[in-house]
Amino acid sequence: MSIQLIRSGILDTIQDQGRHGYSKWGINPSGTMDRYAAQAANILVGNALDEAVMEMHFPSGELLFTSDALVSITGADFTPLINSKAVPLWKPMVVKKHSVLTFQRRQWGYRCYLSVRGGFGITPWLGSRSTNMRISAGGFQGRALKKDDQLNFRRQLPGPEAHDDLRILPWRVNAQPVYHDMGSICFVEGREWSWLTSASQQQVLSDPFSIAPSSDRMGCYLQHEPLAVQRTEQLLSSGVSMGTIQLLPAGKLVVLMADHQTTGGYPRIGHIISAHLPKLSQLAPHESLRLRMISVADAEKMLFSLQQELRALQRACLDKLSDYDL
Amino acid sequence: MEDFTIYPLGDQALTFSLGNSIRQRDHERIQGMKRWLEQHPPPGLTDIVVAYSSLTVVYDLYQLRQATHSSTAFEFVSAALREAFHRGTDHTADVSQKRWEVPVCYDQAFAPDLDHVARLGNLSTAEVITLHTARVYRIFMIGFLPGFPYMAEVDASIAAPRRDQPRQVEAGSVGIAGIQTGIYPVSSPGGWQIIGRTPLKMFDRGSDPPVHLEPGHEVRFYAVTRKEFEDLSRQRA
Repeated sequence: MSIQLIRSGILDTIQDQGRHGYSKWGINPSGTMDRYAAQAANILVGNALDEAVMEMHFPSGELLFTSDALVSITGADFTPLINSKAVPLWKPMVVKKHSVLTFQRRQWGYRCYLSVRGGFGITPWLGSRSTNMRISAGGFQGRALKKDDQLNFRRQLPGPEAHDDLRILPWRVNAQPVYHDMGSICFVEGREWSWLTSASQQQVLSDPFSIAPSSDRMGCYLQHEPLAVQRTEQLLSSGVSMGTIQLLPAGKLVVLMADHQTTGGYPRIGHIISAHLPKLSQLAPHESLRLRMISVADAEKMLFSLQQELRALQRACLDKLSDYDL
Repeated sequence: MEDFTIYPLGDQALTFSLGNSIRQRDHERIQGMKRWLEQHPPPGLTDIVVAYSSLTVVYDLYQLRQATHSSTAFEFVSAALREAFHRGTDHTADVSQKRWEVPVCYDQAFAPDLDHVARLGNLSTAEVITLHTARVYRIFMIGFLPGFPYMAEVDASIAAPRRDQPRQVEAGSVGIAGIQTGIYPVSSPGGWQIIGRTPLKMFDRGSDPPVHLEPGHEVRFYAVTRKEFEDLSRQRA
């Protein structure tokens, strides 16, 4: 009833959809970077959308299954292998006891997700199983996973029988539309957008940006010519959100990501729309993107339809699982 | 005329702001709104971030749209914020005036910037300590780190600007940045002028709640000797 790490990865953590409601204590939300991939991984195995999953960066850890498990792998394609045989992403699979899951090569994307049916046996802290590494709290002992860690499953739910060492079930999530046109990312105007000179506004709307190698789960730093402002006022700190694009004093942009602080005082030139945060989360350092401004109403429509599709998919997957008497 | 602005903070959050200055009256108004919103939460509300003169509501767009049939979530939540502003005034009175007495050791070993702050204000270090402990400070915001209180307003003669270069700051360090004073709950890089250290644990993930200080509370510092600091640290452990 568990997975054991037989080799450490560079940064593998347990994350769910975030620890919300504790900004009064300055406790930030954490949670998965690519919320869509994590939700899809859960749907495929019949979990609730917000169940905790394993978020992996490349090179990722090597995992040993100590029992049969119904799992799915979504997000980045790190060439997953089970007992040295290639396995598909975005599909549910029954993995037989004693199998080993390894990842060979990063082909696409930057963050990969593993869900197990029933979820991981992690005690929630403040209502969430997300790992907050900064304060060593939540998740698996408040830290990244390492060799010899044993992750129990929370509940051993019945799964389809494993015939051979692997059984791939006949349904999938088509994630292609969500990651279509990876380098085109939409944002809505931020409160201090007008602080930029018109030349700098033009630069944001037309020049390509690339992802700086210093980017991490806290912030996605963009590489570009410095931007200029026509106004310099000290802002009082106020709330920020995942996707907020801050203008740093040197004229560079940073997009706040899952581990962002609860408040910030830099000018906010925009906010990446929620429906495009999955794309941004999957861009690797040095990959490029362009920013396009849209209205809040359109951003809402895109997110709402994405969430509706996920719910429809969830119903379909639960139907499929019921065919197996699950 | 109503002197506030409401603006989107992306597609799942909205900020209500009373302007860009630190005023106790504005903050009480914000606290009143927060209380009203807690009692009348919009569907899908996930968090309320209180800052100096602003309040940010964070919501789950899908849940909100499912429950309201409003044309946009932005309009729906804007209306809720306007209502909270008008109705929340009734709630400013019952702000729980919780006041914390926080011991601080201003010993040189814990106060790398005490001399600097004194020099800037043409004061002795003893005078800095007297001024810092004389006032009751209001917590306007908890941010930056879990349990880091942003408090104001310190006496003008000790309102030293932030350091140009951040450096490693120990847990418990008490600092000044302009008219603000604050406490580092955990060790972290930071740019505030450090003038002392408290033996109290400001963030403890194992306790419930992990943080005791909240926006709206008041704090008063009192000076303790090195020995009292060590004794209090031991008691805590």
